[in-house]
Amino acid sequence: MINLKINNTPVSVPEGSTILEAAEKLGLKIPTLCHIKWDSFNTEHRCGSCRICVVEVTGRPNLAPSCCTPVAEGMDVHTNTNRAIRARRTMLELLLSNHPKDCLVCSKNQECELQKLASAFNIHHIKYEGAQSEFPVDENGAAIRRDMSKCIMCRRCETACNVVQTVGVLSGVNRGFNAVVAPENFAQLTDTACTFCGQCVQACPVGALTEIGYKDEVWEHLNNPKKTVIVQTAPAVRVAIGEEFGFQAGEISTGKLVAALRRIGFAKVFDTDWSADLTIMEEGTELLERIKSGENLPLLTSCCPGWVNFLEHQFPDLLHMPSTAKSPQQMFGAIAKSYYAEKTGIDPSNLIVVSIMPCLAKKYEASRPEFAHNGVRDVDYVLSTRELASMIKEAGIVFDRLPDEQYDSPLGESTGAAVIFGASGGVLEAALRTAAAWLEGDKDSPIDFVAVRGLEGIKEATVTIAGIELKAAVASGLGNVRKLLERIQRGEAQYHAIEIMACPGGCINGGGQPYNHGNTAILEARKDALYRADKGLPIRKSHLNPSIIKIYDEYLGKPNSEKAHKLLHTHYYAK
Amino acid sequence: MTCCCECSKEKALDKLMRLEPEKTSELTAFIDGLPLVAGDVETNRGFLVETLHRAQGIFGYLPVEVQQVVSERLGLTRSEIYGVISFYSYFTDKPIGRYKINVCLGTACFVKGASKIVDELKAKLGVNEGETTADQKFFLGALRCVGSCSLAPVVMVNNRVYGNVTPDMVDQILADCQD
Repeated sequence: MINLKINNTPVSVPEGSTILEAAEKLGLKIPTLCHIKWDSFNTEHRCGSCRICVVEVTGRPNLAPSCCTPVAEGMDVHTNTNRAIRARRTMLELLLSNHPKDCLVCSKNQECELQKLASAFNIHHIKYEGAQSEFPVDENGAAIRRDMSKCIMCRRCETACNVVQTVGVLSGVNRGFNAVVAPENFAQLTDTACTFCGQCVQACPVGALTEIGYKDEVWEHLNNPKKTVIVQTAPAVRVAIGEEFGFQAGEISTGKLVAALRRIGFAKVFDTDWSADLTIMEEGTELLERIKSGENLPLLTSCCPGWVNFLEHQFPDLLHMPSTAKSPQQMFGAIAKSYYAEKTGIDPSNLIVVSIMPCLAKKYEASRPEFAHNGVRDVDYVLSTRELASMIKEAGIVFDRLPDEQYDSPLGESTGAAVIFGASGGVLEAALRTAAAWLEGDKDSPIDFVAVRGLEGIKEATVTIAGIELKAAVASGLGNVRKLLERIQRGEAQYHAIEIMACPGGCINGGGQPYNHGNTAILEARKDALYRADKGLPIRKSHLNPSIIKIYDEYLGKPNSEKAHKLLHTHYYAK
Repeated sequence: MTCCCECSKEKALDKLMRLEPEKTSELTAFIDGLPLVAGDVETNRGFLVETLHRAQGIFGYLPVEVQQVVSERLGLTRSEIYGVISFYSYFTDKPIGRYKINVCLGTACFVKGASKIVDELKAKLGVNEGETTADQKFFLGALRCVGSCSLAPVVMVNNRVYGNVTPDMVDQILADCQD
């Protein structure tokens, strides 16, 4: 342990700790801007570029950036000397002098860490005047909007993209005043290997990286009497949207979410959990077939569009491995525009399907050409959790005073197996529940597979079902996914099934979720909430969902039937 | 680390091979001679600047396809490579004219009217500083002091030095550039 003093208070911390960490131990939060630490994922970004966290160290001539200065024995640190405070203010003013300052009309308004610091430091006048960095906005594609004129070069997005996700699309380019974060040759994101996972958006402290929004289009359709607008909500949305209205992280707001959507004007409020159950029917059947034949193992899950992009760009030799089942979002869209449209007599071109997703890659997924027929998309618009929260506020709906309401039938009924899709390990657990029940019978087959739960990047479990020893793995965060897939490519690991999610921890940490600013305790709370929601539901196995049973009886035949293949399965392409 | 997509890997190298077979072979032979370690990003990163330097020496500039080949061979992402290229003023991803006209803008040359010569060259060539003419013949650039201040203002064309340059000498300087 290293002993030092911060503001005259002694503190002991392990060797290698930073001044920032030592201060935290004393309950002292030194202001930071570029620094971010994701505790649950053991990942830290400390490039020391913003210089907001400078402190004075006795005997050291210059100020020390506390986020990347290791502690030393006997160190005497002062965090709030006049010199340190003046330097921080100067840094902040210089950053602001080259920032658009259009906070009122910025989509990051009130979520911006630069804005919060400026407010905390009481900066009302910027004495520096000079040139402004200007870069063209990249809003090509369907998911991520880059406005680099707002970039403050904290380079968190680079860590998210290159270190956490190992996608490697972003890099600091140019030099001096012209320096900015960009893809190679200033390409648009759609021309790179970007997976649209949105972890860069989650990491960005300012409005440089945000999502491409579709609120206006959705309002337009909601107010068009010729259109029937229906909505589906992803599992992870219900445990996060409350945060936007002051609820504690981890509060389950399913009933209020449904009520809010109904008040916004959606004709029917349905649930992606319903199609998650449908996914398990298709994917579970595929898994059992592959185990029976012993061919093409392991089966990789295919629910996550960020992961599918990663596969198509970076592992084209493994394109045969994922389940061919579409993601729950796209299964919902396909069923809505066929089964549901037929049942209700609505012309599919007048039926608008909106998704509320925790994800930005879902926006891209819905725009993939294979998910449209005769120019009519299966899923017309994808809104993030954040965008929906903004719509609710815009509509003047007081979220916390809403009654708890139920989803509509038939595409709104779901099970506990579906709601856990929102956390890493949930899809695999749901598949195991159904596979076990199909092989052992429903009466005694296990429900809880706790070994696959939690935020760890790679989890492994061996379960015995009907005498078969099933080896499974779960990876979340594309950096972990890469590690696992490389072991498979080298023949070092054998599994029957692997669940893969692009975002660390799964959809609870999706790029479209309320900003967590690196606070992974929020993610833990969202995850726990999903498992509580699962426990609280009367049916916890996908194949027992009555409306799923009904759609196979009425429409699809049986899982992996020809009709099911036509509507519910897809292909992957090398990119 | 980087894209392992076989198809695009072949495409970049194939395209270069088709367009510039000799230059491409020279580059790949150079990279093959480097003590690279597969999968060891840290080690391979150490050879990046050297490789780009050689590649620019061979091709005259660093087009996207060259960047792609370097990315694949060294196992570094294309964005990282572009970051390095855009950082150093020596590297360029745009083709450079056969005649590199560099006007010295060091103190002595500047004081003695170098900017007037730059203006004259810009007007005659129809390009801005740092650009190449459409026919790929001339590149117009600036440099800081070639150590010939007594000859100020100085203009360099490739390795040839012109001293005591006046705007009316520009026509002759351009006329000297015969392929």
